[in-house]
Amino acid sequence: MEILGILIPVSLGLGALGLVAFIWALRGRQYDDPKGDAERILSKEWDDRPKP
Amino acid sequence: MSDAALHDHDARLSACPACDAAPLAQRVAAQAGSGHQGGHHDVILSLPTIHCATCITDVERALGAHPGVRDARVNLTLRRVTIDAPGMSAADLIPVVERTGYEAHELDPAALSASAADRQGRDILMRIGVAGFAMMNIMILSVAVWSGAEAATRDMFHWISGAIALPTVVFAGQPFFSSAWRSLKAGRLGMDVPISLALILASAISVYETLHSGHHAYFDAAVMLCFFLLIGRYLDYRTRAVARSAAEELTALEVPRAFRITDAGDEPVPVADLLPGDLIRVLPGARIPADGEIAAGHSEIDRSLLTGESVPVPAAPGTVLSAGEVNLTGPLILRVTAAGRDSSLARLTALVAAAESARGHYTSLAERASRLYSPLVHLLAFSSFLGWYWVTRDLRHSVNVAAAVLIITCPCALGLAVPAVVTAASGRLFRRGMLIKDGTALERLADVDCVVFDKTGTLTMGVPQVTSVDDIPLPMRPVALALAQGSGHPLSRALAQALRDAGITAAELSDLREVPGYGISGIWQGRVIRLGRADWLGASHGKGRVSASWLSLGEGAPIRLEFTDRLRPGAEGCIRDLLASGRRVILLSGDAAPVVQELADRLGIAEWHAGVTPTEKAATVRDLRAAGAHVLMVGDGLNDTAALAEAHVSISPASALDAARVASDIVLMGNDLSPVAEALNTAQGARRRIKENFAISVLYNIVAVPFAIAGLATPLMAALAMSLSSICVTLNALRLR
Repeated sequence: MEILGILIPVSLGLGALGLVAFIWALRGRQYDDPKGDAERILSKEWDDRPKP
Repeated sequence: MSDAALHDHDARLSACPACDAAPLAQRVAAQAGSGHQGGHHDVILSLPTIHCATCITDVERALGAHPGVRDARVNLTLRRVTIDAPGMSAADLIPVVERTGYEAHELDPAALSASAADRQGRDILMRIGVAGFAMMNIMILSVAVWSGAEAATRDMFHWISGAIALPTVVFAGQPFFSSAWRSLKAGRLGMDVPISLALILASAISVYETLHSGHHAYFDAAVMLCFFLLIGRYLDYRTRAVARSAAEELTALEVPRAFRITDAGDEPVPVADLLPGDLIRVLPGARIPADGEIAAGHSEIDRSLLTGESVPVPAAPGTVLSAGEVNLTGPLILRVTAAGRDSSLARLTALVAAAESARGHYTSLAERASRLYSPLVHLLAFSSFLGWYWVTRDLRHSVNVAAAVLIITCPCALGLAVPAVVTAASGRLFRRGMLIKDGTALERLADVDCVVFDKTGTLTMGVPQVTSVDDIPLPMRPVALALAQGSGHPLSRALAQALRDAGITAAELSDLREVPGYGISGIWQGRVIRLGRADWLGASHGKGRVSASWLSLGEGAPIRLEFTDRLRPGAEGCIRDLLASGRRVILLSGDAAPVVQELADRLGIAEWHAGVTPTEKAATVRDLRAAGAHVLMVGDGLNDTAALAEAHVSISPASALDAARVASDIVLMGNDLSPVAEALNTAQGARRRIKENFAISVLYNIVAVPFAIAGLATPLMAALAMSLSSICVTLNALRLR
């Protein structure tokens, strides 16, 4: 059962990582235009480098 | 900064930070000068026709390449583009977008308060995220406990669950705690009181059990409760946010601006800054921004939004005009007598507020359910606690049972039942072009048994149509078309349209001259041709109140041309469906009797009243309500506003005046009237679905509560029952889409 001492923190850590990523995306206004973002990926503009 | 702007010589200024100060200072100065509240430098345009990736890049590329534009960003979800272009106005940028082939309209940034609402939405989403994370982790641990973890392992899992659950409940449960506290302070038992009590009691008893290495801990139930109820909250919020942002967009489309005449020329000013005594210029086709008296100019005025009259009224110096009327033919100079708060528009808005407070508070199905529900839940939990304590004298077990009862009965499904249905139904209506502004409007719509329509602008488009062009001799029709094309008056435009539809091409005319308020004249082969009012052409209008225009061809008597108001598309079908469904349909109009009767006959409406004043309209609706009818009022004008607010539920088309849209619960976005009849069916479907969902929740309670009271409920059972009923309710709601 010693393995639990590693597995539980690891699983919690991974979950927390996902939570942090979600909150970061939310704060970065990435959910402001879901429809537009879905369409933008189809356009050829800024394919080689990100928009400055 | 966009790449395109960098290449542009006009924008090179801002390549160094110090130079940025110059345009910034200009921008600030311009804002201070215009008297507009600061904070918004961006121009926002509404782009109703964009729909794909190509549209986005087209618009952004065109705007980015335009000199002076620093950045442009399209939001496809909201169908808007935000342009950072210091010192440029929407009037400069709209042609740029329109050249790429997309329709663009200016939006007033002051009327869009999206940012505050966005923050609220993000706040709920974050709480859902945290609750979801905690729920999943605790569930993994709980599954181990349910499948038989014992002694030290179980205790450790409980401890870890508690360490995750307690902060989560404190953070994610905050909306419920604060709302429960508010309702307790107001002396009411809202839905949030039992929720909060269940959250606190479940957490507390679980901590106690964990401390004494007990068998059952309800950490998973507490967090799951938060998660499901927050989803309900979010759906609720989304529905309202979508409606609000669309309603705001309608308001923002009418930028309230007037042209004040000063020594230095005309300056555009916000309507709120007008003072009595100011001289303003009103161009043909524009809405009168403030009450006033004409100082110079002749024109015709469309009063239909205020009085329901479809025939334009001539206006000359000295005529008193009210805000909201539309100037048709000639430019006018108006001396402002009252603006802002004192104007007739604002007075009518006050009337609306009064009527709205008189409507009384509609108690929604959810409120009625919770009023019945929360005392029952408390009573049940408390009596099972007392019962167990009296029998066993075991405090710990009794509190455990009470917590289980609270968790099982907690309105998880109930909290989702209504928002899920309302979201599905309003989403469906939104796709059909109807915007639900008020949360309970859908339920009230389901009650409707009597529909009252306004005529001008509601059943009709408020746009005239020529009855027949047969009276114009065939060879003269090209001449008539050339003449009619020269004027922006609605009757001329209608005539031109009818002639063009008949396949006629315009003749050559010289000396085309519009006489504001009277008509238009031109010279054809040496003959003076005139189109206009009867008295101008020396004819008599006669007794009929039908709109008419006269055409003089230089020889012979002037030809009389009659116009009728064009029906709104879908009006006939809508009335037919309403009558077929057995509802009473009434037509109330401020227009003259013959016109109203003609329309009523055409649509098959038996009950109609003509020449009704705004107060009479409101009184009629009130009388109908007093007689027990649930009235749906459909209207668009200022003269309908009081009646709209008085009715059980009200709809106005998007072309309606702002005051009317504010007063109504639902706004019809398109021109078509047919969604009205459909909306009534959808609303009834939604109400049926809500009741079904209530029945599902009640059924589940009837099954599960006896187990809880008997002390047989385990955390596993609570978790299963809770998620099962929530999923049932959500799926049932989704059937409505």
